[in-house]
Amino acid sequence: MSETLVRVENVSKKFCRDLKKSLWYGLKDLGGELLPKRNDKDRELRPEEFWAVNDVSFELKRGECLGLIGRNGAGKTTLLRMLNGLIKPDKGRIEMRGRAGALIALGAGFNPILTGRENIYVNAAILGLSKKETDKKYEEIVDFAELWEFINAPVQSYSSGMQVRLGFAVAAVLIQPEVLLLDEVLAVGDLSFKQKCMHVTEKMLDKSAAIFVSHSMMNIARIASHVMVLSDGRSIYFSKDVLSGINQYFSGIGDARATCFQDTGVEFIDMRIGSPAPSKTELNTSYQIIAFGEPLTIELKMAVAKRYQGLTASIAFYDREMRPAAEVYSGNSNFKIINNRGIIRIEILIHEILFNPGVYSLDLAVWAGHLHLILKYKSVRQIQVVGSNMRVGINQIKARWVQHE
Amino acid sequence: MTIYTPESSLRHPGRTIAQMFSDLLDSRELAWQLAVRDIRAQYRQTALGLLWAFILPLAHTLTWIFLNGTGIIAVRETHLPYPVYVFTGTMLWAIFMDAINAPLQQTIASKHMLAKINFPREALVVSGIYQTLFNGGIKIVLLLGTLIIVGIYPGWGLLCFPIGVFSLILAGTALGLLITPVGVLYTDVGKSLPLLLQFLMYLTPVVFPMPTSGIAETLFTLNPMTPLILTARDWLTGFPPEHLSFFFVVNGLVMVLLVVVWIVYRAAMPILIERMSA
Repeated sequence: MSETLVRVENVSKKFCRDLKKSLWYGLKDLGGELLPKRNDKDRELRPEEFWAVNDVSFELKRGECLGLIGRNGAGKTTLLRMLNGLIKPDKGRIEMRGRAGALIALGAGFNPILTGRENIYVNAAILGLSKKETDKKYEEIVDFAELWEFINAPVQSYSSGMQVRLGFAVAAVLIQPEVLLLDEVLAVGDLSFKQKCMHVTEKMLDKSAAIFVSHSMMNIARIASHVMVLSDGRSIYFSKDVLSGINQYFSGIGDARATCFQDTGVEFIDMRIGSPAPSKTELNTSYQIIAFGEPLTIELKMAVAKRYQGLTASIAFYDREMRPAAEVYSGNSNFKIINNRGIIRIEILIHEILFNPGVYSLDLAVWAGHLHLILKYKSVRQIQVVGSNMRVGINQIKARWVQHE
Repeated sequence: MTIYTPESSLRHPGRTIAQMFSDLLDSRELAWQLAVRDIRAQYRQTALGLLWAFILPLAHTLTWIFLNGTGIIAVRETHLPYPVYVFTGTMLWAIFMDAINAPLQQTIASKHMLAKINFPREALVVSGIYQTLFNGGIKIVLLLGTLIIVGIYPGWGLLCFPIGVFSLILAGTALGLLITPVGVLYTDVGKSLPLLLQFLMYLTPVVFPMPTSGIAETLFTLNPMTPLILTARDWLTGFPPEHLSFFFVVNGLVMVLLVVVWIVYRAAMPILIERMSA
């Protein structure tokens, strides 16, 4: 179950900023397509053109999922469209084994005048299924979309959420791709439907190699096994370490890893993490390792140049899926930070770390007088909690248990 | 294994042609579903329903009968009663026009689908042909009914009439496909099409009989649409077709053109999709 299903080699694609020129280049490209010559100089950039995807390579095996992240216009969707065979690469080569299926165009091809039932059959045909095959799965689709009483109503009377639900249901029930392409599909519908979509997608992931585009870092962290950060068409980060990739992405965008506030006069210097490391396991990671139930000390060093009153600081812990797991806040411990305009050293001692085993990243924030945020620093450090105490709650609570006779 | 490279698909003509026919085969079911979808949607939101299939050529016919009857325009004697001549001509021409418009219309209407889903693109063309056939069928039923009412019986020629209709549709589809790649890029093509078609209609014996002299005669004779319209009309109205050999020559040319423009259409698709919004 580990053959390579997708191989992308040095793929590039160019687009044109100017519409009139783009149409003209379209005609020229059409000519080049019909009367191909070797060493075509049109392969290089022409005026007003830019590389939307630039020299991207990767490989994916069955069961792996590549999370593509990057800002709007970084080339994520263009790469996905090339993989789907909708547009041709201008350079490089894409090889795919098996059937590619996309959860992208939810409800493309719907005709608003026709009923939900009629649209299911049309949409199924677009996805390459015969009427007979669709008949068999019809009930399942309606169940999934939860549109029993509306299925004979015209689609134009549906709410936009209902339309998307129907579109997702058709695709999710019918396609069984080897290569699965996902573009922002999990961001639709209400919460319960979102969870259902996530569940179905995860099931499909086991059998396929997937490429997943999303702006939800939580979803990326949850389902991706690899991550690629795209910036201006280039792959600036590609690794199995999804969390670092997400940090890389955050560091690339404006507010940066360290969200520096201009002229607030506060500067982060250092943070050290200490804990008795576990004796028996020698884990090979760059994270600070903490055994479940052990104490954790955080030494924080920063420089404050202004005379702020009532400084408070907090350290928030986020899990791999970017869910906030816990926060330790000086204000709640009745701790007063003394500010003498200089270097401030603080030691925070957490008696017991009762987090589920896994990797957590620490965010630092400093306020002046509870409300005025003067420093924010994302993913300052990362810790890995080890142990075998996995429970439903991310952060577990120690309690005194008493049984009465 | 699927491979995508920048290389032109025409570098491997054998593989491309094989792929074309296998895609055509794969697109049957989808083409049918799309045609049913469009026909249903087209008639569901109308009060007049199927009337729309022939209301325009009918109005056109009435206009010409009026023009001729009042003597505003004097048309030369035709071998059929003039109203029947105009009616059959405009109905057949309307089928040809439907066929010519279909590929560009279908491709533009399916922009969103094309930009997002990979499906055999042939389905759009075949679906267009199905829709032309459906609307054409209504026109033909009406035509036959009218002919019988006015006492013109087609005879055995009627058996060949479907061939005539098919050649009109295939010729229309070939021309429609020819303009589609440029038409998707530049809307000028779609806008100038009705104008050009109107001009072409007056060079074809649709509302006028064949001229017997002058430059008009040469133009009418050279026009490849002439044998298609005349032969179809002769088969329908029980006259022996006069231009049968020219009719088959044109059909042969249409077939060659159809394959060529089909290849162009396929090659153009990724380039066109690049310029459609995702």
